[in-house]
Amino acid sequence: MDELVNKRINQVIKGDQDAFEEIVTMFQHRLYHVCYRMLGNPQEAEDIAQEAFVRAYVNIHTYDQKRKFSTWLFRIATNLCIDRIRKKKPDYYLDATVPGTDGLNMYSQIAAAGDLPEEEVERMEAQERVQYEIGRLPEKYRTVIILRYMEELPLQDISDILELPLGTVKTRVHRGREALRKQMGTM
Amino acid sequence: MNTCQEPVIHLMHAYLDGDISREEEQVLQKHLLECELCREMMDELKMSALFLKDTAPIQAPEGFVSGVMARLPKEKSQAGFQRLLRRHPLVAAAALFLLLMSATLFSSYSNNQQFSFTKQPNLIVDGETVVVPAGEVVKGDIVVKNGNLRIEGEVNGNVTVIRGSKYMASTAVVTGKSEEIDQAFDWLWYKIKSTVKDIFPSSDGEKQGE
Repeated sequence: MDELVNKRINQVIKGDQDAFEEIVTMFQHRLYHVCYRMLGNPQEAEDIAQEAFVRAYVNIHTYDQKRKFSTWLFRIATNLCIDRIRKKKPDYYLDATVPGTDGLNMYSQIAAAGDLPEEEVERMEAQERVQYEIGRLPEKYRTVIILRYMEELPLQDISDILELPLGTVKTRVHRGREALRKQMGTM
Repeated sequence: MNTCQEPVIHLMHAYLDGDISREEEQVLQKHLLECELCREMMDELKMSALFLKDTAPIQAPEGFVSGVMARLPKEKSQAGFQRLLRRHPLVAAAALFLLLMSATLFSSYSNNQQFSFTKQPNLIVDGETVVVPAGEVVKGDIVVKNGNLRIEGEVNGNVTVIRGSKYMASTAVVTGKSEEIDQAFDWLWYKIKSTVKDIFPSSDGEKQGE
């Protein structure tokens, strides 16, 4: 697969747009899925995922073919998603400034601001519930949790995508998992 | 609330990440057997992970790919030709051949401005007009370039006038084909026809021999 991707990329670099169409076809579902989980809205997910492909096309010459293409593509998409999330609402998840483990209490308190009444949550379909719970996670935990559990990527790949040290990724996965556990205590 | 120490919780996460040594795992299992709160927490953590993994994969909507392609900046035209070359090498080769062929033929058409005609006995030349006099019989084809042809007598063959006019008197007789060529495309067609005749002389040559 990687070989085929690199072959197509070389064609794209030479200016062949049709070769890029194949790349889009290969990765469309995975990329859309990540964007959908990050943003929780089909229209926005489509817009951002398409924008990610356009940016990949325009900047294709900056892609290092020794690395995984999917990693590079996911990096573009997650960055666009994070930008979109930050533009949409002020970042009132203050966990970044809280040192150590107390962060958990901080954001679980603040996340309560956007919560739905419990009865309504209980009426949700399972799929809807998943999206709801992910949406309640602070963006930085949301990203790692989606990549870890929905894309089932290895921690090292997530570290490459987000350009974060492996240790930071691990910590975020732990905290994200812990936050989910607390959120779902009502289940 | 779990009152156990952070290291134990850390071990739980390490376990869930598959990032745990055998010794650490034994420490964790031993603790879980002893501590009910930690066992509960471990189960909850496992449950939330399972809950996430149990999601239906979401597919991109229809028309996603064409949507991306429509948003791309336009490609360089050079790439289109390269793609043609790659996909249909024969078509591309044929197109290139025709292009070069017609280029040479066109250039020979426009370069060759001189008055010339096929030499035959009993033809009379009057300025730029070739005359087949009345009562005379010319045996063979006549080709006149950049000049006119007036036929008053008889021609036992084909008559071709390239960029010129042909006048036929009432007494004129032409046994073969008679053509006037004015346009470049007619010229091209004529060239191709005569080339084919040269290559396969039998097909038309027999008729001429009759």
